[in-house]
Amino acid sequence: MFRFILTRLGLLIPTFIGVTLLAFLFIHLIPGDPIEVLAGERGLPPERHAALLRQLGLDRPMWEQYGLFFLNILRGDLGHSLVTREPVLGEFLTLFPATIELSLCALAFALVIGLPVGIMAAIKRGTVLDHTVMGVTLTGYSMPIFWWGLLLIIFFSGFLQWTPVSGRISFLYFVEPRTGFMLIDSLLSGQEGAFRSAVSHLILPAVVLGTIPLAVIARQTRSAMLEVLGEDYVRTAKAKGLHPRRVIGLHALRNALIPVVTVIGLQTGVLLAGAILTETIFSWPGVGKWLVDSIFRRDYPSVQGGLLLIATVVMIVNLIVDLLYGLINPRIRHAR
Amino acid sequence: MKRMLLATALGLGMTMALGAAAQAKTLVYCSEGSPEGFNPSLYTAGTTFDASSRQLYNRLVEFKRGSTEIEPGLAESWDISPDGLVYTFNLRKGVKFHTTKNFTPTRDFNADDVLFSLNRQLDKNHPYFNVSGGSYPYFESMSIRELVKSIEKVDDMTVRITLNRPESPMLANLGMDFASIFSKEYADKMMAAGTPEKLDLDPVGTGPFQLVSYQKDAVIRYKAFPRHWRGKQPIDNLIFAITPDPAVRWQKVKAGECHVMPYPNPADLDAIRQDPNVNLMQQEGLNVGYLAFNTEKKPFDDKRVRQALNMAINKQAIIDVVFQGSGKIAKNPIPPTIWSYNEDTKDYPYDPAAAKRLLAEAGVKGLKTNIWAMPVQRPYNPNARRMAELIQADWAKVGVEAEIVSYEWGEYLKRSRAGEHDTVLLGWTGDNGDPDNFMYVLLGCDAAKSGGNRARWCNKEFDGLLRKAKQISDIAERTRLYKKAQLIFKEEAPWVTIAHSIVFKPVRKEVVDFRISPFGQHEFYGVDIK
Repeated sequence: MFRFILTRLGLLIPTFIGVTLLAFLFIHLIPGDPIEVLAGERGLPPERHAALLRQLGLDRPMWEQYGLFFLNILRGDLGHSLVTREPVLGEFLTLFPATIELSLCALAFALVIGLPVGIMAAIKRGTVLDHTVMGVTLTGYSMPIFWWGLLLIIFFSGFLQWTPVSGRISFLYFVEPRTGFMLIDSLLSGQEGAFRSAVSHLILPAVVLGTIPLAVIARQTRSAMLEVLGEDYVRTAKAKGLHPRRVIGLHALRNALIPVVTVIGLQTGVLLAGAILTETIFSWPGVGKWLVDSIFRRDYPSVQGGLLLIATVVMIVNLIVDLLYGLINPRIRHAR
Repeated sequence: MKRMLLATALGLGMTMALGAAAQAKTLVYCSEGSPEGFNPSLYTAGTTFDASSRQLYNRLVEFKRGSTEIEPGLAESWDISPDGLVYTFNLRKGVKFHTTKNFTPTRDFNADDVLFSLNRQLDKNHPYFNVSGGSYPYFESMSIRELVKSIEKVDDMTVRITLNRPESPMLANLGMDFASIFSKEYADKMMAAGTPEKLDLDPVGTGPFQLVSYQKDAVIRYKAFPRHWRGKQPIDNLIFAITPDPAVRWQKVKAGECHVMPYPNPADLDAIRQDPNVNLMQQEGLNVGYLAFNTEKKPFDDKRVRQALNMAINKQAIIDVVFQGSGKIAKNPIPPTIWSYNEDTKDYPYDPAAAKRLLAEAGVKGLKTNIWAMPVQRPYNPNARRMAELIQADWAKVGVEAEIVSYEWGEYLKRSRAGEHDTVLLGWTGDNGDPDNFMYVLLGCDAAKSGGNRARWCNKEFDGLLRKAKQISDIAERTRLYKKAQLIFKEEAPWVTIAHSIVFKPVRKEVVDFRISPFGQHEFYGVDIK
């Protein structure tokens, strides 16, 4: 197991270097420069433009800029935003908890509903329930996030007035960010009603962001369960007269979970990508929207740093998923 | 008994405290994005000015609420020398700076603060020049460094600004956001502490509100500054709820989560008009959207071609389709809200037959050209691509084949400044309400050299009128000159003037005395809630 972990960690190094190169090239290869965008229609005299490029180090050859970027990463320095002048790492860490909070809640929503629904559909294969689940999840999977979000806002916030329209908490509460997680901070603040307000603000964005993962998890669970339910050992377990709940819960589910865990790992990337749209529509102050704004402003350090950090998170989550396989199914551990 | 008394007292105390809290008036503004920072001289975005200069700072002169008229600000009065070169400002006494966790002012505002704020941008050797990047886009694009000879302190309450040449819009320039006044005492303290950048991040101004907290992409909280020189504001708290999506902003206003919002979706306007709790305020924007012909390229050097292509465009269709009613046909290069707007200018009628005749007369046949359409939404052009398609179709009817070209925004600006286009869609939003700020910047001969004049059109007579108008301060005479210049412009047709946008602001009915700024900014000074 230890060797397995070491190998996986070793693989992270070249991946990480590749990511730094991609993050750097991505923003440098698209046309436009930050000074032009900052000056807008007004423009700047060419000599000032050149002086500012020089000051930001953007007049140097690309390989030199990359080398500097890479060396600074090794020192733990992701540079300063060209726009706000704040350290990129600081900005990221301020905003990232909001994205994690939203993503975790969306994932929880997707799991809590997706897993049982997938299992039920597999057990009741070919019934109305199965067809309904398959139909609804297909619709959920195909739903454009932006439109789905607006639809829910108009219905639940506008028409029924059950949930607030957007934001993380009502402005009646002034919650000092301690952990950055609003659910925790609102509890720590001790203000009555703050936690409830934070939860009510989280519901719609979590549902919207969780919809696609829910659909994927439900469908994956169903197909994995169907495969496992046809296996010999399940038949044997049934033939031994075990209670159906035990057959499904212990024998079938544990094996069916392996591909499902893979899917959950892969959904982390989907969640972070979906967060960009969800955060924009629900005015959720996370890294997704920050990254998009930075791209439009050609804020090189923020885009490079942000992409790198997000890619690192996705890599770590997938590493954890790899390790989880071993826990769920010892055969995988030995096979490697 | 003792416990009962204590409980009663506590209960009473709490009720009073809650009562006071309930009485605190809070106005929530659903803003469209996060500010780039809190120092307006470092940036050009209206979103940044809304969050910084408009609430936190003052300038020597101010624009009257809801107008382009200049009124005294931190300067109580001023004199301009007869040759237009020397401006002497008499500063207001007793103006206080905000007290924050980083800074407690020990003195009132004085001439040192004015010198610090302007010299920081003017003097490349100023200790603060390079703090936060050393880029002052407005100051530089308006060539203030070349214009100003010196800024001197005459005494503690008098400042003298000397210019290299007469420039009548100078006074209006000093009312612009980049000329906001900072505290020198605070700047010195931050420099001594080794954290000069804090001056730009943790703002201290003299404005009607002071910053309480800012959470990026979420919320900005302000409270009324009780010692503001014009008195405390009617509202106690001001909150900017950062809400990037216009449809969501409208839902928030509708649900009462916000009181005021900017930039509604044109598609939502009907619903907004019908909402009994909301007023839909509107005003013509201080902007112009245009199509410029590159007059250095053939056949656009021939004014008959330019006139013909003007006549070939159905502007009403553009207003209906692209602006969806939130625009007005433009006939002059300046919007009607600016003084000296010439009502007598006759726009080219939509007349494809006449256009064809004129093109034939100019000897132009089978013209192939391009229309540059910018990739971004701007106040003066909500959808350049669609606009270009309409123009393309109109021109096709008179035998002109146009290809639509687009680049990334920064690239678009750079290449069009270099004159790579045949025709280009662009526009302008006014900065200081002076006609010079449109005509000289966009159509003058200097701008033709620097590229700001996308038509690269240099007409000596037109340019002469603008230069003359710059040097006199008599508004009536300047008006006469600008009106004449507009007629020359129309006859020469370096642009197709397309539209001025109409700005809409949904405001909840409990809001009292909110006024739309002609500059497109959002000020909450003087606003109350019922």
